[in-house]
Amino acid sequence: MSIASTTQQICFLVLSATTVIGSLGVVLLPNIVYSAFLLGGVFLSVAGLYLLLNASFVAAAQILVYVGAVNVLILFAIMLVNKKETLAAIPGLLVRRLLSGAVCAGLFALLLRVAFTTPWALPGPTPVGEEATIRIGEHLFTDYLLPFELASVLLLMAMIGAIVLARRDVFSTDVITGEPADQGLIEKDRTPLLIETSANAPTLLTKP
Amino acid sequence: MISDAASPIPLEGFLAVAAMLFCVGVWGLINSRNAVRVLMSIELMLNAVNINLMAFSNYLDGQLIRGQVFAIFVITVAAAEAAVGLAILLSLYRNRETVDMERFNLLRW
Repeated sequence: MSIASTTQQICFLVLSATTVIGSLGVVLLPNIVYSAFLLGGVFLSVAGLYLLLNASFVAAAQILVYVGAVNVLILFAIMLVNKKETLAAIPGLLVRRLLSGAVCAGLFALLLRVAFTTPWALPGPTPVGEEATIRIGEHLFTDYLLPFELASVLLLMAMIGAIVLARRDVFSTDVITGEPADQGLIEKDRTPLLIETSANAPTLLTKP
Repeated sequence: MISDAASPIPLEGFLAVAAMLFCVGVWGLINSRNAVRVLMSIELMLNAVNINLMAFSNYLDGQLIRGQVFAIFVITVAAAEAAVGLAILLSLYRNRETVDMERFNLLRW
């Protein structure tokens, strides 16, 4: 695939602007649902940047994993914990924001200086272009085989860990000793947030 | 796509975008009150690092694209991190009934 260089530059400018403005919206917008959708836009723009960098496989993986899994997971988490709450005011919040903004601006200036003053060894070897997917497959099954297998173990551990952390079961007695368990440490005795408790409606949460 | 020697986009352009994305992520990580937004900021920073890896892989290591393989591993670890992080967040929310980062201070001196 070959695109004219002017088209590439226009695509790069548009994608960079979308990425930067979207990321600013993610951290600055007061409504977190808008932030989550903007985060999806940022992920899509980054996938477009990958396409400009000859990496179609990683762009597809970015869209599948980030937009399809991580962003949807974040939206589900927002729906599960989205209770209207008024945040308590904190003294010196504006000073903290300005200070951290200054620190981040300094870090940005430092990174830009490093990027623009380092003599990169350009032009490097010719990019493989459309053969990138084949090369990645060769890497994954030869010299990066051990990290590849470890990644599968890591994903299994993350899956089981997420299930264990987020499960809702409440035992009234300790499983091993049979003594009554202190429920205050596990889960507060309260009515669920999303269920209207009327007289005859059953509640979903087990009361200890 | 970028096969000619005079590449139309300089390497520094990608590095500048990644630096901006990383700094915005750091600022959001420090200043967010909502715990979900903290996780989103972490994802922004991981994406910035991935852009850097891909840019170097294309411009400086065009034949053995090791940066792309590394970016795939980063994406994998990021997915695992997001799943465990959101599970921890749900567990915290059930115990404290808030997502305010300023109230998660049980271990603070």
